[in-house]
Amino acid sequence: MTWSTFPVDNLLCRCLGISITVWWTFLFVFIIIPAVFGVSFGMRRFYMRTLLKIFEWAMLRMEMGAKEKNQELYKPYSNGIIAKEPPSSLQQEMQELRGSAGCLRSEPEFEMADIFYFCRRGVESIVDDEVTKCFSAQELESWNLLTRSNYNFRHISLRVTVLWGFGVLVRYGVLLPLRVTLAVTGISLLLVLTTLVGFLPNRELRSFLSEKVHLMCYRICVRALTAIITYHNRENKPQNGGICVANHTTPIDVIILANDGCYSLVGQAHGGLMGMIQRAMVKSSPHIWFERSEVKDRHLVAKRLGDHVADKTKQPILIFPEGTCINNTSVMMFKKGSFEIACTVYPVAIKYDPRFGDAFWNSSKFGMVNYLLRMMSSWAIVCSVWYLPPMNREEGEDAVQFANRVKAAIAAQGGLVDLIWDGGLKRTKVKDAFKEEQQKLYSQVLTLHVSSALIFAGEIKHQTLC
Amino acid sequence: MGSSSSSMDHIPNAEELMQETGFSAAHLLRLYERFEFLDKDQTGELRPEDFGAIGGLALNPIGDRIISAFFSPGQETVDFPSFVRVLAHFRPNGTNRTRNGTQQEPVNSRTRKLKFAFQLYDQDRDGKISRAELLQVLRAMLGIQVTEEQLQSIAERAIQEADLDRDDAISFDEFKKVQQVSPHPQTPTKETPLHPTEGGR
Repeated sequence: MTWSTFPVDNLLCRCLGISITVWWTFLFVFIIIPAVFGVSFGMRRFYMRTLLKIFEWAMLRMEMGAKEKNQELYKPYSNGIIAKEPPSSLQQEMQELRGSAGCLRSEPEFEMADIFYFCRRGVESIVDDEVTKCFSAQELESWNLLTRSNYNFRHISLRVTVLWGFGVLVRYGVLLPLRVTLAVTGISLLLVLTTLVGFLPNRELRSFLSEKVHLMCYRICVRALTAIITYHNRENKPQNGGICVANHTTPIDVIILANDGCYSLVGQAHGGLMGMIQRAMVKSSPHIWFERSEVKDRHLVAKRLGDHVADKTKQPILIFPEGTCINNTSVMMFKKGSFEIACTVYPVAIKYDPRFGDAFWNSSKFGMVNYLLRMMSSWAIVCSVWYLPPMNREEGEDAVQFANRVKAAIAAQGGLVDLIWDGGLKRTKVKDAFKEEQQKLYSQVLTLHVSSALIFAGEIKHQTLC
Repeated sequence: MGSSSSSMDHIPNAEELMQETGFSAAHLLRLYERFEFLDKDQTGELRPEDFGAIGGLALNPIGDRIISAFFSPGQETVDFPSFVRVLAHFRPNGTNRTRNGTQQEPVNSRTRKLKFAFQLYDQDRDGKISRAELLQVLRAMLGIQVTEEQLQSIAERAIQEADLDRDDAISFDEFKKVQQVSPHPQTPTKETPLHPTEGGR
């Protein structure tokens, strides 16, 4: 009896064997070998263009569907809930307000309508405030066939549904296993090779090889995420003995940047798999890992960073001064610690394209594993990296002002909104200083003319008395 | 392929609210999600502290006045329909949809907005902005940046210009008139005031 089932098993085994072999060959030839040598076939960009065309088609169909039902699609930025003004300064808005009131004055003074400015800003923040927006994923104007980005799109026709179903099959059946295999390969290679390189006695050889090994493993990891990265202004790449500063959206930022250069990472020492990777990396190149207790000691942190920076043979340090993950529409306050060290700062702006997969890690909603799974089942991670010209602290500038200057440069380059808020605002309350700032700005609009009005009133009194 | 957990069924009297305020279904749903987000202890109603948690409102000089505009006098909580009705004053004009034979003015008309702003000044709801109330608002908007005398003179001038019936307070009609044309004492006016003004003070 058992013999009759044998041939079927044999056939099954053979099929399985062949498909696995094909799979691995494909993986090796098209992905791992190019990653090792740093060569690209351009497949990922072609994939990106095709996807864009498909999304446009899907959006068109949804709009047609909505029109049939005589409703409008909700687009967060084009037709918002309240009449929103584009963010402009207090002075500009006041002038516009006064102009619309039909004022014939030549100089601005207090007007009853000035309250409208504060009123409107207040209502805008009730409907949607900047801080909450930063800690939730960015909304898209058009749908990218991922259920997780579907907030407002309800008119989904049959064809789009079919397309979506096909997309699910492709993403979870083909792309996810491929990416997981690559990620596992990349990480194990990193562990093994860095440990091996760490055994070499010759320091120069060690650093040369460690650079090659790190770059290779990061390239494999980048392919594991199907990350399509465009680097701009590479002539400004960070040099040894400097600090590289970037806006923070996700832990993947590290892989994105390290793909193009070698950095020393700074962070807390973890346990488990992360800890193993950290210890392995340290064997071949200098990274700075702090124990949990040491993190609180600011002097110790500053000293270690300072020592590292002073040694010109060591790689530039990579720091994310926001201290927490922001959703890549804005840049929040930079912590001044890294700007107090006396060295050159190399700002880097990273901007993700959310249409292919939202890279933002909402740590309150997803754990690390869940997040990685979502990343690997998105279409792709597309981002642009700009290397900005190096900056130094100027005479008479303190660390906070320097930090704000760097932040403004990064925000301007990446097209992000420059916010005054602290990333820690998830938990703490707003300081009174901000309210005073608003009052000061408003008084500046009036103040010049209040004093002249007083003089005018005084003169008139004087005339009537005489 | 629903995305969020709440749907239109959770919103009480959704149809009526949409008619009354002019918000579309998608907008109403967004506002409901925002309401639920602000309602941290899930009571179904908002308290002043819930508004206070919003950063942009906390730094607004008249933030607490805007918050109290949502609460009817004597009430300590605001439910979703009231929340939406207040926000409806600021709906963009372009999304006004024609309703069957409605004669009343749309909720987001200029007059309604002016009324909202008027009530920000007139905290005791007596229909007039007294000198004291005007001073309070000015102090809130300017803080410690100006002296008491400067504040008094600004308030004085504002009342002089707006108060046409000389009762030392600004009524809603006078407030509306000020928005249309604000004549400077020295430049020629377009509109003849109710009482002839003296030339100079």
